[in-house]
Amino acid sequence: MTVSEAEKRTGKNSVNMQETYTVYLIETRPADSEGGTPVPDMLWRRYSEFELLRTYLLVTYPFVIVPPLPEKRAEFVWHKLSADNLDPDFVERRRVGLENFLLRVASHPLLSNDKIFFLFLTDEKGWRDAVLETGFQDKVDSRLKSLSASFRVKNPDKRFTALKQYSDELNAVISQLLRVRVRVADRLYGVYKVHGNYGRVFSEWSAIEKEMGDGLQSAGHHMDTYAASIDDILEEEEHYADQLKEYLHYTEAVRCVCRKHELLQYELEMAAQDLAYKKQQKEELATGTVRVFSLKGMTTKLFGQESQEQREQKLAALEQSIQEGEELLKEKNHECQEFVQSAWKDIERFKEQKEHDLREALISYAIMQISMCKKGIQVWTNAKECFNKM
Amino acid sequence: MAAQDTPSSAADLSAPVLDLDEDDDLEVFSKKTSLSDGRPLPTSPSSMTNQYHLDQEEPDENLKQRDLFISVDNPESHVTAIETFIMYRVLTRTTRPDFDSSEVEVMRRYQEFSWLRSKLEESHPTLIIPPLPEKFVVKGMVERFSEDFIETRKRALHRFLQKISVHPVLSHSPHLKAFLTAQDLTPHKKQGPGLFSRMGDTVRSMAQSVRGSRGRPQEFCTLQDYVDRFSTNISSVDKVTQRIIREQREYVDELHQYSPAYSQWAELEEGLSEPLQGVSRSLELCAQETDAQAQDLSDVLVPVLHEYVLCADTLRTVLRRRDNIQTDFEVKNEALATKKVDQDMEEVEALSDRLEQANQALRTDWRHWRSNLRSDVRTALVSAADRNLQYYEKCLAVWESFLLSQKVDPAQHHNHKSSST
Repeated sequence: MTVSEAEKRTGKNSVNMQETYTVYLIETRPADSEGGTPVPDMLWRRYSEFELLRTYLLVTYPFVIVPPLPEKRAEFVWHKLSADNLDPDFVERRRVGLENFLLRVASHPLLSNDKIFFLFLTDEKGWRDAVLETGFQDKVDSRLKSLSASFRVKNPDKRFTALKQYSDELNAVISQLLRVRVRVADRLYGVYKVHGNYGRVFSEWSAIEKEMGDGLQSAGHHMDTYAASIDDILEEEEHYADQLKEYLHYTEAVRCVCRKHELLQYELEMAAQDLAYKKQQKEELATGTVRVFSLKGMTTKLFGQESQEQREQKLAALEQSIQEGEELLKEKNHECQEFVQSAWKDIERFKEQKEHDLREALISYAIMQISMCKKGIQVWTNAKECFNKM
Repeated sequence: MAAQDTPSSAADLSAPVLDLDEDDDLEVFSKKTSLSDGRPLPTSPSSMTNQYHLDQEEPDENLKQRDLFISVDNPESHVTAIETFIMYRVLTRTTRPDFDSSEVEVMRRYQEFSWLRSKLEESHPTLIIPPLPEKFVVKGMVERFSEDFIETRKRALHRFLQKISVHPVLSHSPHLKAFLTAQDLTPHKKQGPGLFSRMGDTVRSMAQSVRGSRGRPQEFCTLQDYVDRFSTNISSVDKVTQRIIREQREYVDELHQYSPAYSQWAELEEGLSEPLQGVSRSLELCAQETDAQAQDLSDVLVPVLHEYVLCADTLRTVLRRRDNIQTDFEVKNEALATKKVDQDMEEVEALSDRLEQANQALRTDWRHWRSNLRSDVRTALVSAADRNLQYYEKCLAVWESFLLSQKVDPAQHHNHKSSST
């Protein structure tokens, strides 16, 4: 049974003992079922466990753009929505986001085959221990270092530099878009809701009019319908916003990969630099010339030479060190090259996925707008009819 | 066609004069006000006369045939040593024999419109005279000479004269004729009771408030009731409309910022660039449509609602005047009955007649006003609804065109769910 093709559903849910948090139901069904209907694996997971899984994946597959989790706290909210983590709308949208996350991991060529991921889906109790046993925590430090440290790479890989820049710019652009979207949603909400006042006012007016009364009254009802319709419209739009948010968070994952590469590159350069320095030291020691100023060299000159024995000891140590250094350099080189290769493979995959998904999202946005227009046409056609009867 | 002064012939107007009024209102909604009538006008005065003669064969239709067309346009700024003001061109075309020519053009300023209205009020205290646009716009602090303000005022003045021109009684007022034809109104302005009659009104209304409205006939009590409630309602509708327009304008402002967000994104992308630009363009088009719609809505609904808000005040004033006339009569009548004061019987009879005339005039004009209200409001609301319809249809087209550009069939909408694969 392969995890990668499994079909999943994430159900929302309940409240637990001491502290209140939400757990989500994960159902897994293998796609290739050998005879008969398989019993789905079901277990409950809370958000923090998802976070743990993701951290594990980030550390274990540093060259992969790991799918993001839905936001921890609601951002880019317009006024009507609650930013409270326990609000049912928020929980529902988070559920969808978590399901999305799992589906993306499951469809990733590499990540889907990970054992820990499999356990996450199947072993409710034992999973946590299994994760910790992998010892991935140790690597967490190095990852943090790559994210936060500032170091300068002498020969940056142009492709990665460009990618990082793109990812930063994309982040800025999507953030801006989401911000404006919120303001637009707010204003649109205002326009629709004020029409609801027509409903009330027409109703009051119809009470004193004989001939116009009916027309006014029924038009008023249509105004109420119009005002109410914005709630559904904007809720649908939230899903669109969530799709954009997913890619906003993806930019952070991309940035991660770039930084990781930078760190590797830096370590490679450091190793090379270190080796070169040692080689030079050896040369100096062997020939007795001081090419580069060094405190040792000066002190030796001032305070007398070392003995032949000492020199030979040092040479031997250096030789050893140089050997190790060359090994390390080879290793780092190899690591770097592998990283670059694997990373670019994943980056290409990601680019395709992104273009496909976002194009679909834009199309769905257009469809939403069309639906909104059709509703508007309906309402105003009805209202016009009522007014005509006045 | 004799001058219609007697209320009895005005009673023929009880049938709603729908067609004419619709044309009236439609031409106000269009931006061009150079022609007073949307229908093709006969080109020569003689052909107009012919039309008029034809109508004489159908006496009932007589009143429905317009023979007086007035338009207001061409606001011009006039500067004198003392002040600066706007003059409007008032153009009259008519077949009425009592007019010297079939086409007259004069320049009038707001003051003179105001004079006309006062004169009409004096002569016909219980007729519902159409309102004038306000003297100053208090809220919003609109500049007296701003283009918008002048344009709005011009249209309102046009509506004012339109309504008067089809009024069976008011359209034959000598004051109206003077207003439309005299090159210089100054000699006319000096005539008439003017100030004193207004003082008389105040004294009378004080006496009235002392007496109370006990003598007021039921029909007018019902009217008062209606007027009070109508006033509240029409003001509410006006306020809601203003609020909607405000909200729409703010929405448009945000929309104009939304579109560039997509095009900025498009600049970063390769494959996605094209659909992103498509969305950006679509949003910009929708923003423009929303802008146009807000403006049109403002033109279509606001002037009508505003006019009827002012009408509510007029109605209250007219009812008060009627009450005063009744009081005048009753006071003198009581005096006659009690014989306490030396009361002239003829005077009492004259006052009684005056009261009867006033009541009848109001009764008839009330029906006329009601029918106008119904027609005006219906037309305005239908136009507004239609405008909203058009707006959504245009936006629909914009988005469907975007979908087509993405090679998506707009018809299969519900099958698209952008879930991750």
